[in-house]
Amino acid sequence: MHFRTKAIHVGNPTDSTTGAVVPPIYVASTFVMQEAGKPQEYDYSRSGNPTRGNFETTIAALEGGVRGLAFASGMAASHCATMLLESGQHVIAGTDIYGGTYRLLHKICSRSGISVTLADTTNLDNLESSLRPETRMLWLETPGNPLMSITDLAAAARWAKAHGLLTVVDNTFATPVLTRPLELGIDIVVHSATKYLGGHSDLLGGAMVVSDAELGQRLYYTQNATGGVMSPWDSFLASRGLKTLELRVREQSRSALEVAKYLAQHPRVGRVLYPGLPDHPGHELATKQMQGGYGAMLSFEVQGDLAQAKRLVESTHLFRLAVSLGAVESLIEQPATMSHASYDRADRLKFGITDSLVRLSVGLEHPEDLIQDLELAISQL
Amino acid sequence: MSQPNEKTGHELNGNGSRWTGFSTTAVHGGEDRQKAHDALTDAIVCASTFSFENTQSVIDFIEQDQQRGEYGRYGNPSDMVVERKLAAIEGAEDGILFSSGMAALVTLLMAKLSAGDEIVFFDQCYHRSREFCAKYLARYGVITKQVKTGDYAAMANAVTDKTKMLVSESPTNPHLSVIDLEKFVEIGRRFKVETLIDATLATPYNLRPIAAGVDYVLHSATKYLGGHNDLLAGVVLGCRAKLEDVRSLRGVLGGVNSPHNCYLLQRGLKTFELRMQRHNENGQRVAEFLAGHPAVAKVLYPGLPDHPDHQLAVRTMRGFGGLVTFFVKDPDWQAAARVVDGCRMARIGPSLGGVETLIEQPYVMSYFKYSPADRARFGIPDNMIRLACGVENAEDIIADLDQALRG
Repeated sequence: MHFRTKAIHVGNPTDSTTGAVVPPIYVASTFVMQEAGKPQEYDYSRSGNPTRGNFETTIAALEGGVRGLAFASGMAASHCATMLLESGQHVIAGTDIYGGTYRLLHKICSRSGISVTLADTTNLDNLESSLRPETRMLWLETPGNPLMSITDLAAAARWAKAHGLLTVVDNTFATPVLTRPLELGIDIVVHSATKYLGGHSDLLGGAMVVSDAELGQRLYYTQNATGGVMSPWDSFLASRGLKTLELRVREQSRSALEVAKYLAQHPRVGRVLYPGLPDHPGHELATKQMQGGYGAMLSFEVQGDLAQAKRLVESTHLFRLAVSLGAVESLIEQPATMSHASYDRADRLKFGITDSLVRLSVGLEHPEDLIQDLELAISQL
Repeated sequence: MSQPNEKTGHELNGNGSRWTGFSTTAVHGGEDRQKAHDALTDAIVCASTFSFENTQSVIDFIEQDQQRGEYGRYGNPSDMVVERKLAAIEGAEDGILFSSGMAALVTLLMAKLSAGDEIVFFDQCYHRSREFCAKYLARYGVITKQVKTGDYAAMANAVTDKTKMLVSESPTNPHLSVIDLEKFVEIGRRFKVETLIDATLATPYNLRPIAAGVDYVLHSATKYLGGHNDLLAGVVLGCRAKLEDVRSLRGVLGGVNSPHNCYLLQRGLKTFELRMQRHNENGQRVAEFLAGHPAVAKVLYPGLPDHPDHQLAVRTMRGFGGLVTFFVKDPDWQAAARVVDGCRMARIGPSLGGVETLIEQPYVMSYFKYSPADRARFGIPDNMIRLACGVENAEDIIADLDQALRG
């Protein structure tokens, strides 16, 4: 079965009671037992819910895993993964990661005595030098956020396995349409399902998929114990979003490439960070690792300072000024003040998240309309 | 509710659009640019009623004909935004949303027809539309005349000084005949009779009836517009002045849609172009596959060169949709039933236009209680199968059909 067909059919059984082509939304918080202490398939919605279960089944199939778990947000999913760690242990994470993950690792996990080292994972030699005897986890994003750096997942997974580390990939940017980390040897995939999986800026969610059933059971145990689960309503909307996931991601990737090419030749634009451009340092690897597209996220630097970038993000019309990404509506933002404001300023500058950096999430609008919008905004700087 | 103006972003609407892309209109068209609480997406306004600040504001509302919520049956922000979006996509001045396609048709016809009036239909049409006219409108003294689909001379001959409306589907269901809108509209203009096209199967992506001069366009928005088999909706589109009495009658008869459904429809419309591109591609590829299959006697699909309206379809449509009608060689109804039952991916069900592929045998699904003579009259042979291609990969739909046809 092809990807799109799976997205439509796996996890979307015809309702056995009514014949409904679309599974009902089970809003029940609790389920009746026939016998005390002997629940049937479901007992309490935190522990399991049919509507959430359908989404989990679909996303597991799309990522090529055996177990999917749906969370209230991407951060709830990421947090669940970090709860596999114990006090005294150490994580290596990429330098080009979501600001919220940076915050989780540095400000929250640290409270439990877990330490973190950030490493530029585009060069795997940097992993070796960050390794400690107590290192237990490697956390990766590719393309990275917000610099679109590309990490070789197969090589990273091999290295991590050799050192007994669990590997986690936040696959939010690439989506399983373009990259399936589990097939490359990664242990855990996490998503902000709020982004491409939902795809319509109208739900919050997180997803996690693993290819090892035992690991899946440990993570499920933590999820059930800590309770950050996705609601049935959001699960329904997320499942509905998955049905057009491939169409959206491929179309948005095509548009992003056009926007990137336009920006790359613009005299008032500095560097353009998009793995689809031949001069991007990760271009060759991305071409190999990503299937038929480079994603719909890109960043660029405008000539000027923080104020110029601020003016630009405030003056586009189709690109709306907002955090988040991955939806049908195009968004624009300034990482230094928005998505990556939770980085310490020194780290931000060290890792290349400059004040004049602007990040775009390319939506479903026609690329000519988007380019016209940027042209007008840049010309007004 | 704010009045449409420059600030709210309604310049994205309809013909005055600054944007060129179909999807750009589908994503942004009709929506307020700045929404309450600065939310990027529209809120679902569930309120059944809307409050007034004081007595004077009620009087102002009545005297100044203000555009604001009063009571849900007269309109609601969640349905009004979808009406504006659908109008923008259709290139129409206005649109009215209903709880189903049938509610849209019924309200439109009841608003426009009175006892003694006549309407003329092309005879290939959705059986419930036919039933409403023959069984119900007739009770109110409205006469329905049916002429052979595509016989424009017969349609012109059927017009009398009592005729109020000419009606057709295009493409028709399930025969997929394509109507020459130029000829259809010309008859209407010649006799000063209004025209209605049910373009559910075509959608505004594939056919532009308003540009061709049709007065009213009707869709079952349950199908391609909603696109996910998870809502019911209908819409009538046209110029505002002609729709005023329809809107007013909707407020009386009450076939309005729920705010929750309206939101799902609005959400579905955002991927409308992408879905239609895949429906068109899948319909064409599946039709070509079936046309070459030894177990298949005939395929009806406007995109096939041997379809009687192929040239017209190529000239007037962007694509031909996901619906494919075909006939298995064995004339016995049970042979076709075995093909339907043999499908593993395609599910047996009425409706069409959603992401999931659906299959049905019109004789069983819609005409089981009709006599053989009536079925022959309506052109529903026992071995006819109607396949509504979803947006799955074409290879998977074809493989499914192939194994079902092999038995």
